Amino acid sequence: MADMKEVQSIEFGVLSPKMILKMSTVRIARAELYDPDGYPIDGGVMDPRMGVIDPGLRCRTCGGSVGDCGGHFGYLELARPIVHVLYAKFVYKLLKVICRKCGKLLTGIREKTSLKEVMKTANKKCQGCGEEQGEIKFEKPYSFWEDKAPLNPMSIRERFEKTPDEDLELIRVRIRPEWLIITILPVPPVTVRPSITLETGERSEDDLTHKLVDIVRINQRLKENIDIGAPDFIIEDLWELLQYHVSTFFDNELTGVPHARHRSGRGLKTLVQRLKTKEGRFRSNLAGKRVNFCARTVISPDNNIDIDEVGVPEIIAKELTIPSRVTDFNIAMVKEVVKNGPNVWPGANYAIRPDGRKKKITEESRNEIAEEIVNGWIVERHLQNGDIVLFNRQPSLHRMSIMAHRVKVMPYRTFRLNLCVSPPYNADFDGDEMNLHVPQTEEAQAEAMLLMQVQNQVRSPRFGGPIIAPKNDHISGLFLLTRKETIMTKEEAAQILAYAGIDAELPDKEKIAGKEVFSLLLPKTLDIEFQSTWHKGKAEKEEDSNVVIKDGKLVKGVIDKSAVGSEEGAIIDKIDKVSTPQEVSDFINKVSRLGTAMLDTRGFTVGISDNDLSDEAKKLVSKAIKKAEEDVADLIDQYNKGKLEGLPDRSLNASLEVYIMQRLAKAVNECGEIVSSHVPENDTIFMARTGARGSLVNVTQTAACIGQETVLGQRIHRGYLNRTLPHFKKGDLSPISHGFVGTSFKAGLTPFEFFWDSLNGREGLMDKSLRTRHSGYMERRLVNALQDLKVKYDMTVRDLTNSIVQFVPGEDGIDPAKSNWGKFDVDNFVNMEVSKDD
Amino acid sequence: MKEEIKITSHFVVPKHEILTPDEIKVLLDKFKISINQLPRIAEDDVVVKEIGASVGDVLKITRASLTAGVSQYYRLVVREQL
Repeated sequence: MADMKEVQSIEFGVLSPKMILKMSTVRIARAELYDPDGYPIDGGVMDPRMGVIDPGLRCRTCGGSVGDCGGHFGYLELARPIVHVLYAKFVYKLLKVICRKCGKLLTGIREKTSLKEVMKTANKKCQGCGEEQGEIKFEKPYSFWEDKAPLNPMSIRERFEKTPDEDLELIRVRIRPEWLIITILPVPPVTVRPSITLETGERSEDDLTHKLVDIVRINQRLKENIDIGAPDFIIEDLWELLQYHVSTFFDNELTGVPHARHRSGRGLKTLVQRLKTKEGRFRSNLAGKRVNFCARTVISPDNNIDIDEVGVPEIIAKELTIPSRVTDFNIAMVKEVVKNGPNVWPGANYAIRPDGRKKKITEESRNEIAEEIVNGWIVERHLQNGDIVLFNRQPSLHRMSIMAHRVKVMPYRTFRLNLCVSPPYNADFDGDEMNLHVPQTEEAQAEAMLLMQVQNQVRSPRFGGPIIAPKNDHISGLFLLTRKETIMTKEEAAQILAYAGIDAELPDKEKIAGKEVFSLLLPKTLDIEFQSTWHKGKAEKEEDSNVVIKDGKLVKGVIDKSAVGSEEGAIIDKIDKVSTPQEVSDFINKVSRLGTAMLDTRGFTVGISDNDLSDEAKKLVSKAIKKAEEDVADLIDQYNKGKLEGLPDRSLNASLEVYIMQRLAKAVNECGEIVSSHVPENDTIFMARTGARGSLVNVTQTAACIGQETVLGQRIHRGYLNRTLPHFKKGDLSPISHGFVGTSFKAGLTPFEFFWDSLNGREGLMDKSLRTRHSGYMERRLVNALQDLKVKYDMTVRDLTNSIVQFVPGEDGIDPAKSNWGKFDVDNFVNMEVSKDD
Repeated sequence: MKEEIKITSHFVVPKHEILTPDEIKVLLDKFKISINQLPRIAEDDVVVKEIGASVGDVLKITRASLTAGVSQYYRLVVREQL
């Protein structure tokens, strides 16, 4: 083994001219790229000694071919020195602390400090030679002035050359400052700026090459003019131009100078542009890597596959492969698959012989190869049912954003997933796309299966409750099934169970209650009591309000969101605690299918007429709103007369606003109550009250009254002077002119109201996008800070140096993914221990 | 005269105690670590100065915890870092 050494330190610095000469192979002196025959010119910017870019050719310096030769630097002698723009600020700082005459540090300090410290205390007069110092000015991006006279790079360089090493050591500068003024420019190898040949045979050069040509050309002209002794102003101009070209070669987004452009007007992408931003080398090529064996397409819901399955389109299954090593156990399957060829699923695309030769399976060769196959071959077979794959939706905000699923190959072109796994992915089906990755080795597959499979992710570590659970229609269906009104014949019950694909023994009775059908899915030992979502909205006690499950029988209450819903589901929570992950996922599968089966037999329809109010209710609503408007008018009147009592810590103005908002909010609440007591029970209300979809607020806004629209939590005040719109009188404080919407969506909004609603809607949109951006960045910083903390086997949290960060993880030692809403469930623990003794 | 303020008597400052060498040994043995793997606290920390701890001492800190009610933490007093 090679001798291993530990890296003690890394030092970054600046190349010295000597170093540049040493690492270079060519002196570049000509601005032309190719001769008339199309061959690169020696000493030109594309000199072939700087590396090869054409396949088949050999490098003239090292003899390597395209892959082996990384390229070689050339160098360009600048006719006049140039300030390195990226160090211009540093040059400025140094100029300020270095004597104009002797180059010594302008300080009395004789011990190691920092440049910053010396700059603060820099003397006006050099204590070495007594020279009075001028005032240095720096003008971005690369001009310097001393006492209003321009200071050119040549004189800066001279000054820096005089500075003794000891002085630089004091301010911890570990390079020679004159190196910051470029005299020899390194020319990057052609391999970092390859030219591309277009179909027309034309050559298109890289942006860096274009820039280098500019530099060489101006350098040439400058040199000629100096040689013939041209007037100073011409030389100054060319010098300045050379400075511009060299500067934009480093960074083409400098402020204060125009950007160098292509003939087409597009800005050139030079060195700095290659590195920075999300599209730059670091974030795009080094921090981000691309993978094979993955697929991406639109997702759609499918209730008939299990939660741990994923429907994969056949076209994708034929493209993605898994290498299978041929053994006694699978040789029959593998031969079959190879015989099918690449175009028939389940087939295979490649076969690899034991000697490593890869053979493409084609329509012609498939039978031949199938005959040839013996143990020890590796066959890249199509994805098949039951294979383990990773399924992901971005943004991947928590660990459940990537889960392992079992493949189920299906027709058509979308990925299919069970609706119950949409909450952890935060997916809906309005065009969302998801990614799929195929682990290639048995180890990877086993690891994915054990750690990442859906069954093991039911309880979210975010809040310690179930996150994978029935949704929407499942909940509506289960509610309708478990209502006390639902009683069916044995035949009907059997029909529902068959539809849901559940094999269970029905009680031998004529009439079977929905609750009994549901109970078939519960574990026999389940005992639990909780309040249903259905009851939460209602004040009066009903028979069904509390859910009671005894010995796996639903005795009382309805099943809704609080029983099986995501983030609440008490039953799923309980089953997850007392049984295996497989049983939980079975329960979720069955219960959600039972819900849809119920809806399919009963029928479930919502319509705008669900939001109809009776004439009586309509009267009550308009009365409530009218009363509120009158009360507000009263308040405004009192305010105008100066009789209004202000609130503590608020101006009279603000108090009035608060009073008005309160009064109007009260009116909207009254509307809500009118709606919930007057709208007959219908499917819309069922959805709202069971937590399946929508809320009573939605119903109220559709049926009765939308209420106050706000911007930044206030009534709407913006617009014209002392009024919101020119249709109102100045100083009008009435609800209508400040964003109160007294009508319902169903009745329709007036133009004013529509405008207020748009304002509010726009604010909501803005808020959402700003918030997600903000929280995304916060998350990124948090993840970066915590990524290498680890809970070790001795239950201590340690960092990468193995030092202790926490003695008990989270101070309480509780794994939130196994907790009871973040806490330790004492009752459950005791019960389980007690039942063990029995 | 400026009034002396004891920050250890303030209610948000948790209880800090200096461990005896024996206690330190028990602690290090329990977690099987060297003393340098403990979390650190600077010697010029106000509490460290107030209870008179010096470099090399280990402080036992008893804090109120949102998750656990009461939690214990240990920090090694070190010379101020750059």
